[in-house]
Amino acid sequence: MISIRNLSLSIHGSQILRDVDLEIAPGQVVGLVGESGSGKSMTALALMDLLPRGAKVAGEMDIDGAPLPHGDDKAMCALRGNRMSMIFQEPMSALNPVKTIGEQVAETLIIHGQAARAGAMEIAAQKLTRVGLPQDKFPLDRYPHELSGGQRQRVCIALAVALHPDLLIADEPTTALDVTTQAQILDLLKELVAEAQMGLLLITHDLAVVAGMADHVAVMKSGEIVEQGPTEALFRGMAHPYTRALFNASKHHPERTDKVTDAPLLQVTEAVRDYALPRTSLFGPAPKFRAVGGVSFTLKKGESLGLVGESGCGKSTLTRAILGLEPLQGGEILLNGQPVTPKMAPKRRAGLQVVFQDPYGSFNPRWTVERLVAEPFHLTGRPDDWRNRVRAVLDDVGLDADTMHRYPHEFSGGQRQRIAIARALILEPELLVLDEAVSALDVSVRAQILDLLADLQARRGLAYLFISHDLGVVRGITDRVLVMRAGEIVEQGDTRDVFSAPQHPYTNSLIGAAPVIPSAWQEAQDGQFMV
Amino acid sequence: MSRLPPQLWVGAGLSALFLTAALLSFLWTPYDVEVLNIASKLRPPSVEFWLGTDHFGRDMLSMLMVGARTSIAVAVIAVGIGICIGVPLGLAAAARRGSWLDELIMRGNDLIFAFPSLVIAILITATFGPSATNAILAIGIFNIPVFARVARGGAMSIWTLDFIMAARVSGKSITRISAEHILPNIANLLIVQGTIQFSLGILAEAGLSYVGLGAQPPTPSWGRMLADAQTMIYTTPRLAITPGLAIVMMVLGLNLMGDGLRDLLDPRIRRTRA
Repeated sequence: MISIRNLSLSIHGSQILRDVDLEIAPGQVVGLVGESGSGKSMTALALMDLLPRGAKVAGEMDIDGAPLPHGDDKAMCALRGNRMSMIFQEPMSALNPVKTIGEQVAETLIIHGQAARAGAMEIAAQKLTRVGLPQDKFPLDRYPHELSGGQRQRVCIALAVALHPDLLIADEPTTALDVTTQAQILDLLKELVAEAQMGLLLITHDLAVVAGMADHVAVMKSGEIVEQGPTEALFRGMAHPYTRALFNASKHHPERTDKVTDAPLLQVTEAVRDYALPRTSLFGPAPKFRAVGGVSFTLKKGESLGLVGESGCGKSTLTRAILGLEPLQGGEILLNGQPVTPKMAPKRRAGLQVVFQDPYGSFNPRWTVERLVAEPFHLTGRPDDWRNRVRAVLDDVGLDADTMHRYPHEFSGGQRQRIAIARALILEPELLVLDEAVSALDVSVRAQILDLLADLQARRGLAYLFISHDLGVVRGITDRVLVMRAGEIVEQGDTRDVFSAPQHPYTNSLIGAAPVIPSAWQEAQDGQFMV
Repeated sequence: MSRLPPQLWVGAGLSALFLTAALLSFLWTPYDVEVLNIASKLRPPSVEFWLGTDHFGRDMLSMLMVGARTSIAVAVIAVGIGICIGVPLGLAAAARRGSWLDELIMRGNDLIFAFPSLVIAILITATFGPSATNAILAIGIFNIPVFARVARGGAMSIWTLDFIMAARVSGKSITRISAEHILPNIANLLIVQGTIQFSLGILAEAGLSYVGLGAQPPTPSWGRMLADAQTMIYTTPRLAITPGLAIVMMVLGLNLMGDGLRDLLDPRIRRTRA
């Protein structure tokens, strides 16, 4: 039993956590939900006594009634990985790339004196088998880079549970994973909790994930737990307005006005994209990997088309070809009947622009917003009134004119995404490619950006190609959807039809794997709303 | 200002001291270094001669000042050669990652790296005649692959970022992207490497002059002062220690400054300091 009472935390004088109370019983899954910066990860780090320098902690943290020996690093080292362990969001960076998976799992056992090397390797093999990496397929001498993201997360889990900890902290354990992999990892965690009777503190931004996993949920906002209780009761009740706001934002469907015309804007016909792989012999031809194999679809003017698929399915490759950045090896892409190629005329290129996922990597950190937004004028030449145009487009995306002389690091993720949209719109393109454009945003910010996109589409008659792994978002903002798998479109059709009656088994499994809040719990909510 | 790394202060101070001495030597030195004055040879440090005189009666302080000028000039131009040729090569290699151009540039780099630099510098100066100009060229050539490699490494990580993709969607050529987006974002790496190469250049110049292949008499240089002093190392060790200390202090100063600049320009470190 882990209990946290009145935990307050300040770092260099700024208050991060305030009066946090949390209890995690053996065999219990406690979900800690909140948006970025709410303090959920800091709560976990406070428990592990791994806070950054300058942190001041107040409050009590007990393990089985005895206070955690915070400040005593030697005593904490004996606890970490032994009685309390942790897994993280990014399994690639959580594993050491130059050590084999067997060594890494065995390391915890050896450090805590539980086994000598040979014995530790044996236990490591058992643990890896337990988490779904059987020895005949994944021997101990594999390196992290030889595994997929989901398999790496399994290694992290094996490492974390190797010593039967009382508490496992999982900090966004599935956020970096595909939806089908996420479902498998969550199932595994659930099994391990029941089997070993350990407590699991599941930190996530995703309400649907905790709805399916947790026994007890705590909702965190700006360093405080605003509401906590048994999962079902919390979802049915939603006593705190913030919980309700979070819930509504997570299933937000922007209001859209349909302006789809019949005129085709983008026609992709039998598009094929091959990559050369590293040569296997000195003089033979380099082997090829077909990332996109014969994709065809049409995007009409004013239409919003979704492209859904898991990582590695070829959607990014297809995007680069559609943007005219990479050549096709077969087939063609037409924009308004004109071919899209890396060598196309600047004027044609101005007709399609793009918004990327990462609000942090999307801008040159040394440029002002004014210069960043005006960059696409390179295609057309800067008109004399370019400053006014930048101001107008910033106004369109809901930013003040005084943002023009500021630098990207001064803005939040959502504001940056608005700047990215402004940059994409400055040339008034007909087609906007949104490459996971809202995936990195918090749910409430995501809802605002989706509203903005719906509004811009209604006002400007834009066509969207909306690429995402997030089915909920695609459902809310698209008219039609394409489902892509291994370089091919396996299903396409009306968004509503595809989601309500998927034809292809893969689409079915994607929809089935997406975590959802049980509809019975939501009905209670909607009912309350109507009253 | 207290947020500046302390080693930056010390390093910049030492470097500035020598730079000032070198610049001052153009206008004024305590004594003329080209005039021999056997009458006052081997004088110990005094009010008249702050650092004493050498076996030809030349003032050591004046020699050091003029010698600093030679050392710094050779190192600056050699680093300049490295940056002006190496950085564009590195940027080109990064922009065309994995292409034959990348291979050509990087294997060419490896070729230069494979030779021991000082030995080749000796070969060059021995072949084309000992002079400061040839010393500059010899040292400069070995700076090219260093900067090419640093530029390529830094540039490759910038190339993967989304704002580069946005620039390409805006129709910008790779040359333009390299100049507008990549170069400013790797400038901190290049500055830090520049200070390190600068200190290595000082050392290399001293080495070449020591074996008589650098600056030629009567131009004083720190390396030549060392060479001249070696016959008297047991009788008058001061003559070797003075230029030796100058070299050590200059190199130390530049390295500290490089370290400090790296900390200062690293946004991650800067953020934790702020």
